[in-house]
Amino acid sequence: MKKATTLRSRHPLPVLATAVALVFLYFPILVLVLNSFNASRYGASWEGWSMRWYELLFSARSRDIWEALQRSLVIGVAASAVSMVLGTMAAWALNRYRTRLQKAHFGLIYLPIVAPDILMGISLAIFFVTLDVERNIGAITVAHITFCISYVALAVLARLQDFDGSVVDAARDLGANRWQTIVRVVVPLLAPGILAGGLLAFTLSIDDFVITFFVKGVGSDTLPLKIYSMTKHTKEMPVINALSTLLLTFTFAVVWWVQRLSRARAVA
Amino acid sequence: MSEFLVFDGVTKRFGDFVAVRDASFAIEKGEIFALLGPSGCGKTTLLRMLAGFIEPDEGRILIEGEDITRLPPERRPVNTVFQSYALFPHLTIRDNIGFGLKMAKRPKAEIDAEVDRMLDLVDLAEHGDKKPDRISGGQKQRVAIARALVNKPRVLLLDEPLAALDLKLRQRLLVELDGIHDEVGITFLYVTHDQTEAMAISDRIAVMQRGGLEQIGTPAEIYEAPVNSFVAAFIGDTNFLRGKVSEILDAEYSRATVESIGEIRLYNDRPLEMGEDIALSLRPEKIRIETHPPAEEAGLNAIEGTVDDVIYLGSLTRYWVRVGDQRIAIEKQHARYQLDERLPAWKDRVWLSWRADDGCLLTDFAVEDTELLSLPPEGDE
Repeated sequence: MKKATTLRSRHPLPVLATAVALVFLYFPILVLVLNSFNASRYGASWEGWSMRWYELLFSARSRDIWEALQRSLVIGVAASAVSMVLGTMAAWALNRYRTRLQKAHFGLIYLPIVAPDILMGISLAIFFVTLDVERNIGAITVAHITFCISYVALAVLARLQDFDGSVVDAARDLGANRWQTIVRVVVPLLAPGILAGGLLAFTLSIDDFVITFFVKGVGSDTLPLKIYSMTKHTKEMPVINALSTLLLTFTFAVVWWVQRLSRARAVA
Repeated sequence: MSEFLVFDGVTKRFGDFVAVRDASFAIEKGEIFALLGPSGCGKTTLLRMLAGFIEPDEGRILIEGEDITRLPPERRPVNTVFQSYALFPHLTIRDNIGFGLKMAKRPKAEIDAEVDRMLDLVDLAEHGDKKPDRISGGQKQRVAIARALVNKPRVLLLDEPLAALDLKLRQRLLVELDGIHDEVGITFLYVTHDQTEAMAISDRIAVMQRGGLEQIGTPAEIYEAPVNSFVAAFIGDTNFLRGKVSEILDAEYSRATVESIGEIRLYNDRPLEMGEDIALSLRPEKIRIETHPPAEEAGLNAIEGTVDDVIYLGSLTRYWVRVGDQRIAIEKQHARYQLDERLPAWKDRVWLSWRADDGCLLTDFAVEDTELLSLPPEGDE
C-alpha cells in the first residue's frame, strides 16, 4: 500500500497534465499580452517593446472604446442589480413552496441557462420589434436581466439549501414585522449567495455578445461588440490587445481580492 | 380572572388531516404547563397557533380575556424558544438577545442593561460578543431562552427545548429552566414528547394523541389515575388486565374475571355494573413479587406465575412473569442490599400480589396502545 502511494506521488503525469492545461489555457492570453507591447502592427512579427497602443487607447481617437466600456458597465451594473432582487425572490419562492406551479417555475428559471444564446437573442429581438421598443441600452439591459435572473436564482437557491427557516419565525416572534425580518435576517443570511449570483450575472452581462448583438440598435455597441467591429480594421487591432491586457489585469486583481476576502472570513 | 390563557374550541386541519381537534383548556398564570404526546399528536401545532405562525380554522385563543387568534406573531405577548434554537447566525450573542428590544425601539442604554442582566441570568456573561457558532449546544439553548425572556412575555413557549441535547445536559438544563421559572415567574407552555421531562418540570400536563387532548392533570394524577389505555401506556409503563365484572361486593369493591388470570378483586373507581367489560391499568411497581404465597389480607389480590425474564437495573429489578397467556411486568425496588435475600430468578414459581385500589380502571381501552409498553420479545427459551 505504502509503495503504491509513493509511486503515485512521484509519477510525472499530474504535473505534466497541469502544465499542459495551463499552457492550453493561458498561452493564447500570453501571446495577446505580449502583442499589446509589440511595436509592430501585425502580431506575426516582433519589432521590439512599445507602449504606443496604450497611448493610442488613452488618446481621443479611442473615445468610442471608452464609451462602449461605459455602456457595458452601466448595463452590467443595472442588469445584475435588478436580477439580484428578482432572482432572490424567485429562489425564495422555489425553496418555500413545493407546488406544481413552482416545478414549472424552476423549469422556466433553468431554461435560459441551457437554451442557446442565439435562440434567446432572436426571440428577444422579435419581441422588441413586435412591441416596437426602442432598441437602446435599456432594451439591452432588459435582455441581460432575462438570463441573469436564472444565475442569481440558482446561486441563492444553493444558499437556501442550508438555510434554517426557523430564524424567520424567530424574528417574527421577537417582534419584527415582515419587512424588518427580510432586511435584518433573511438578506444578511443570504448575502453570500446573492452577491455570488450578482457577481456571476455581472460577468456574464459584461461578456455577452450573441444576445446583445441581436437586441442592440444603432449606436448602442457594448464593449464586446465594439471589439468585434474593431477586428475588421486591422490598423487598430493592437489597441484591442492593450485594452484586453488591462481588463485581464483588472479581473485578476478582483479574483485575488475576492479570494483573500473569503479566506479571511473562513479564518475568522 | 383565574383563566390566564384559554384555548376555546381550537381546531386546525391540514387538508384532510386534522392536526388539532376541538382543543379547549385553560392555563393558569405562572404555571408550567406541558403539552405531551408522540410526534404528530398536534402539540407543536397548538404551540404554533399560540405563537401566531398558524391560524386556527375554528376556535379562539385568549390571553387574559384578550382575543389574540388573528394577531400576527410580532404583536403577540408571547415569545418562543425553538427546538433548533433558531439563533441568528450573523449576530453576536448580545445582539441575538437584544433583538426583540431593538424591534420594540427601546433606547440603547436600556437594551444594553437588559441584555447584561439576561447574560447573567443564563450564566453566559463572558460569551456575549461571540457568534452563535462559537458556543456549545447547551449554551445556544440558554441564549435562546434569554432572547425570549428578555422581552418579558406573558407566556414563554418552549418547543422541545432540550430535544437536541444529550441526556446529562438535558437533566441539568431542566433544573436550570425550573430555577429560571422560579426567578421570573412567567407562565411556561412546554411542548415535549419526553414524559420524564414533562413530569419533572410541569405543574400540569396535557397528554395529546392524534390531535385530541386525552387527559389534563398534575404529573401524579396523570401517572396514578390515567383515564385510558393510551395515557396509561404512554406515561411510564403498565400492565393491562381485561375482563368482565362478575360480582359487585359493596360500594367499594367488586370482583372481575380476567382473561388467563382468573378472579381478581377490583376497587370501584366508578360505579360498576354486572357483566360490564373492564380494563385495568396496574403499574409494575405496585405489584409485590415473592417466592412464597402472601398472607391473606382484605383487598389484596394474589396470583401465581413463572418468572419469564429478569433485568437487573441496579436500583431496581424488572421482572416479567408469565401467568397463563399473559405476561406481567413487575418492578422491585432494592432499598436495602441483603446478602441473604434470595431474589426471584428465571423459571422460579412466584406469587404476585397487589392491593385492589392500586389498580386503575380505564374508561377506554385500545389494543394498539399495548404496543407502547416495553415488553421484551416473547421468550425463546
